[in-house]
Amino acid sequence: MSGSLLEVRGLEAAYGRARVLFGVDLEVGAGGLMCVMGRNGVGKTTLLNAVMGVLPPTAGTVLFDGEDVTGLPTHERVRRGMGYVPQGHETFPQLTVAENLQVTLEASRHRDRGAIDEALAVFPRLTELLNRRAGFLSGGQQQQLAIARALVTRPRMLILDEPTEGIQPSIVAEIETAIERLHREDGLAVLLVEQYLELALRLADTFVIIEGGLVRRSGTAADLRDAEVKRLLAV
Amino acid sequence: MTSLLNQLPIGLSIGAVLLLTALGLTFTFGQMGVVNMAHGEFLMAGAYTAYLLQDWAGAQAVPVALPVAFLVAGALGWVLERTAIRHFYGRPLDTLLLTWGVSLILQQAARDLFGAPNVQVVAPSWLTGRVGLSGATLPHARLFIMALAVACVVGIWAYLGRSRQGRRMRAVMQNRELAAVSGVATGRVDQLTFFIGSGLAGVAGVALTLVGPVGPSIGTYYIVDAFLVVVAGGLGQLRGAVIAALALGMLNSFAEFWTDASLAKVVVFAVVVAFLQVRPQGLFVLRSRALT
Repeated sequence: MSGSLLEVRGLEAAYGRARVLFGVDLEVGAGGLMCVMGRNGVGKTTLLNAVMGVLPPTAGTVLFDGEDVTGLPTHERVRRGMGYVPQGHETFPQLTVAENLQVTLEASRHRDRGAIDEALAVFPRLTELLNRRAGFLSGGQQQQLAIARALVTRPRMLILDEPTEGIQPSIVAEIETAIERLHREDGLAVLLVEQYLELALRLADTFVIIEGGLVRRSGTAADLRDAEVKRLLAV
Repeated sequence: MTSLLNQLPIGLSIGAVLLLTALGLTFTFGQMGVVNMAHGEFLMAGAYTAYLLQDWAGAQAVPVALPVAFLVAGALGWVLERTAIRHFYGRPLDTLLLTWGVSLILQQAARDLFGAPNVQVVAPSWLTGRVGLSGATLPHARLFIMALAVACVVGIWAYLGRSRQGRRMRAVMQNRELAAVSGVATGRVDQLTFFIGSGLAGVAGVALTLVGPVGPSIGTYYIVDAFLVVVAGGLGQLRGAVIAALALGMLNSFAEFWTDASLAKVVVFAVVVAFLQVRPQGLFVLRSRALT
């Protein structure tokens, strides 16, 4: 299929001798939002790490905007427009919120200060916290900072690993709204790992369900209402 | 009482040399998890740089050697990182053995190049005097070493806190994976950290020529104490390194004054071990996270 922004073909990955991915295929079109679903431990995080090169894949290819990025180091993928928000609201804990964003801006290709203002406009709550150390923020605030940090790179695709997991409900709604707006209004492509069906139903254009390191099911949002899907996701 | 007061500048200047040595270690240890046993040899390289520069700069070899030794030792560290250490990241025990081997090779190289006996670097005349201060005497050389350490700490503090590269270095130290997914070329940051850390050891080596002779194994006397500073101060912590280095330098010099050199070492070790029982993470912690 032409016009896809991210194309993953036969991706395999392993931690030492323990193989986790056994040949995953997926495609996300420009401006599309795909949900990666599945139970705990099926390889969702590993898939994202392999796509980003954080965990070098053992086989398969990752194409971004038609370019083979499989052999590129992580930071080069980021500079090509793959924005990644890893699991667990990661920050640079001893840097201030402003420094967290600035260090990312300085590593980016565009170096445009406007990117920080744009990211803060998505999460206005962070503006009051600019001089606080990231490690002292609440989990929800840290997650907003983590997404803002990825936005500062001016990504063409945002790759999010369970952005609402373990976050206080008030902020979950804000994060969900932000993702939806970035996708619908700014046309940002999104690859989202999410365990909760309701959230996936609200946001996704397409989905894949991973089981045992393989894509077991894929389709459009309408197919998510299948009984088969419920069975694959049931705990 | 007077001789007791005289221990003060000795302790402070030993602390200053320890600090310059430990600064590099704490960053390479904190950022890359590398226990670099060859770090002491960068100190030795700096000292011999001053020795060699006497042919050219005469009595002013020491001040001239400061920037030169920074570059020489820095380059040595950079080459070591590029050619060997980077292939062993994430394997601390292998790195330890590797750098220990490099340390022995460098010591032998110095023996072959400069001979086994110690050599002397002549201090410039403006560093040979003393100032009297209410009963105690302060040798110029020791004052100079303290001033040098202060200048280096201020420099590093400004570099880490104010510069783009310094910010990047702190980011990699605090969360390497996140730095990579923020677009930071972590490998390049590692190279620069190694260069600067090794260079600082070279500067410490030049400072050492002011207080004693230079020999091929000069680094081995300081490396263990420098590691104590790193562990007691907390990995990658500038504040921790400053406090721990001064404390250890003073403790060492006063313990030597009251007992003797070998018993003083025992006292220092005992104090550090006791301290680490209470605070195993050192004075300050790099990777504190409010919520995980």
